[in-house]
Amino acid sequence: MSELALTLLRLGFLVLLWIGVFYTLGVLRRDLRAPREARPSVVATTASVSPAPRRSRSSGKGSRLVVTEGPLSGTVVPLGSGSISIGRAPDSTLVVDDDYASGEHARIYPVDDQWIVEDLNSTNGTWLESTRISRPTVLPTGVPLRIGRTVMQVRK
Amino acid sequence: MMSAPTASPSEIEATQPTRRNQELGLLIFAWFVGTAALAIVGVGTGEGLPDRFWLTLGVTAGAGLIAHGVVRALAPYAEPIMLPTAFLLNLLGLAMIYRLDIAASQRAVENGSPEPTPESLGQLTWTIVGIGLLCVILLIVRDHRKLQRYTYISLLLGVLLLLMPLFPIIGHTVNGATLWIKIGPFTYQPGELAKIVLTIFMAGYLVIHRDSLANVRRKVLGISLPRLRDTGPLLGAWVLALAIMAFEQDLGTAVIFFGLFVAMVYVATQRFGWVVLGAGMFLVGATLLYLTFDHVRVRVEIWLDPFQYANDSGFQIVQSLYGLANGGMFGTGLGQGYPQLVPFASSDFILAAFGEELGLTGIMALLLLYGILVQRGLRTALSCRDVFGRLLASGLSVVFALQVFVVAGGVTKLIPMTGLTTPFLSAGGSALIANWIMIGLLLRISDITRRPPPAGSRELTPPPQKVTPS
Repeated sequence: MSELALTLLRLGFLVLLWIGVFYTLGVLRRDLRAPREARPSVVATTASVSPAPRRSRSSGKGSRLVVTEGPLSGTVVPLGSGSISIGRAPDSTLVVDDDYASGEHARIYPVDDQWIVEDLNSTNGTWLESTRISRPTVLPTGVPLRIGRTVMQVRK
Repeated sequence: MMSAPTASPSEIEATQPTRRNQELGLLIFAWFVGTAALAIVGVGTGEGLPDRFWLTLGVTAGAGLIAHGVVRALAPYAEPIMLPTAFLLNLLGLAMIYRLDIAASQRAVENGSPEPTPESLGQLTWTIVGIGLLCVILLIVRDHRKLQRYTYISLLLGVLLLLMPLFPIIGHTVNGATLWIKIGPFTYQPGELAKIVLTIFMAGYLVIHRDSLANVRRKVLGISLPRLRDTGPLLGAWVLALAIMAFEQDLGTAVIFFGLFVAMVYVATQRFGWVVLGAGMFLVGATLLYLTFDHVRVRVEIWLDPFQYANDSGFQIVQSLYGLANGGMFGTGLGQGYPQLVPFASSDFILAAFGEELGLTGIMALLLLYGILVQRGLRTALSCRDVFGRLLASGLSVVFALQVFVVAGGVTKLIPMTGLTTPFLSAGGSALIANWIMIGLLLRISDITRRPPPAGSRELTPPPQKVTPS
């Protein structure tokens, strides 16, 4: 095989390898942009810029539950069409490992166009803003929900 | 009253992309790059297509497709990048091992000695076994949170695995390191599996003891140091690492274990004091080892001035540096360098072989691929919804990261050389299948994390009767 062909093969393979790297990075970037993925940095900035976007209260139901404080801060739970459970039990949708949370602490489920939060007789209660909820309550988007040391809110 | 919500599978898929097609695309591309590497090896060495070229292509394509199919069926929401990246690294490793086999057989012909057994065939077999075990892990471990139950069994199993090479009859020593067990014709390095089960143990343990470990007694120089009585676990890991070193003469594994433990305690407690403490203990331990063990002292001396020992103990590292220099920016091209001059080029020093034949450009691509792999693992940890999964995913990613750092640092003489394999690239079945199992666990965690909550999970509690508007 001629010298030229070997050189072309040598450099060609490096180009191929790097195309592979950039292809992977491209998929990675698209994946980061996915609407349902956890994006802690972005979450943090939006949280500091607009602490509680109350305006969006009545405009339809949010699509994800974002944890803003506590050990799981930055976690995003996609809200589908079913209910999600929150508590210390390992089979909860959102497992809060926190001495102030109960095993089956609370659950969130959709009714018509809204999300409803229900406290499941937890010891330390579920708090919507600064009120302890006693009945299933509408959970508007952008309003902080506190369970133990974890604070979360529904976002668009 | 409300009606029970129903969601068709297609509706869920529309809101939560599974990204399996992107994974397939990446896998096909990875296979294509691996094929190109293998073909260029044949052309570059002037031997034509390697023996079993078509067999290798068929087998790896089949393994990749099966892995993809299993992920599609069992972990549909897993992130799409880890599997193809690991697959690509594995194929590149195979190509380089083929290349070193060719060099070994050429040398045998020149010397008139008998044909050496090719390593590539074993590596190909282990690749299939590894990918098979990835599928088995996805099949058995349907929910990583169940693994938390086995916290203390994992500890027991991990320590047992670490001790196995010391058992009579099955224990096996190669080049001074007692790391292998030998049953019949098969040798195995149980320490590689111990890494995984001990990561499971540490994750389970730290979930429970995280809070007490995060307690602060006092601040020294602005760094909050942990309480003395909480340092027990770290001390235990330290003693374990030293014991591995003392009885099995394996510096690399000791460093990985200790680094892993410090990193996981740091992730769990978010207290920098643990890192400071860990670094301090590492220095004390390293000094102890330096004073106690001759071969550790030799390693350090080689590291400080390899050229003084260029013809005996420093031969390996000096050849590796010559190889990297010969490779330069763009490498000599696959099959056209002399990577076989470095002893253990196919296992411990495979990065040096890549550095020579693909140059700095190629090495950078490889390191970037490892970076992507680790990033995906840490991202999985970050978005995981339970603390156990977070710790497990970050622990597994840290094992990959530490291993690459220790190997790349050793090959380039940044740090003293420790005998460790490069994940997915190096020849060696034990490490390869352990790495594939780790990818399996990470895929499972990311699948659970990204999966939308099931639509029918409401029957656990009765539906609410009344709704108060806020």
